[in-house]
Amino acid sequence: MKKMAIIATKGTLDMAYPPFILGSTAAALGYEVQIFFTFYGLTLLRKDLSGVKISPLANPAMPMPVPMPVFVQMLPGMESMATMMMKDKMKKKGVASLEELRSLCQEADVKFVACQMTVDLFEFEKSDFIDGIEYGGAATFMDFAGDTDICLFV
Amino acid sequence: MNVDMELDARGLNCPLPILKTKKALAGMASGQVLKVISTDCGSVKDMESFSSQTGNPLLEQAENDGEYTFFMQKK
Repeated sequence: MKKMAIIATKGTLDMAYPPFILGSTAAALGYEVQIFFTFYGLTLLRKDLSGVKISPLANPAMPMPVPMPVFVQMLPGMESMATMMMKDKMKKKGVASLEELRSLCQEADVKFVACQMTVDLFEFEKSDFIDGIEYGGAATFMDFAGDTDICLFV
Repeated sequence: MNVDMELDARGLNCPLPILKTKKALAGMASGQVLKVISTDCGSVKDMESFSSQTGNPLLEQAENDGEYTFFMQKK
């Protein structure tokens, strides 16, 4: 069986998609998949994904309906508005929600490993995370990654 | 063609047509044929790749008015 390992380090909406899209698709193609969530990527394992947002400020290449000067992008509420608009667009275009892709991954036995060090560092509550995940460190990741056909860092 | 199951993947975008195809095939018997209808033009290449990587033969495919139809046999 082919194997794929992904390290998910980002907690923004745009960077949350690749691990879940590639993970679920690889699993559908018969790969054994493991995703290691570390640093801000850990937030993708929260039961509540409403904190996963897109920042127009941090993504200058993001297509905007109307050009927006940087000082406007900094205003309070702009991030939430951009996130709402992006989610709305995704829904219209038939792009799956993060929640849907994540549960498709779990259904397909994609293994989620949460970085224990990051959990301690940011004092995350394990009860905030979804069920069915494992906790481990760098060596845990190597154990699986050392023997994969595809290994990605997101 | 004799179709055993039909999957309407219209309006869905990558990777949902593939994931739903995989799910539908899982509930079918070897030799049965699944018909998939999609509106995602990317699914043309993706279905071919899915077929070659999973070994489920893609018997036929057609495009008509922005809709893509695939006939895939469960291996």
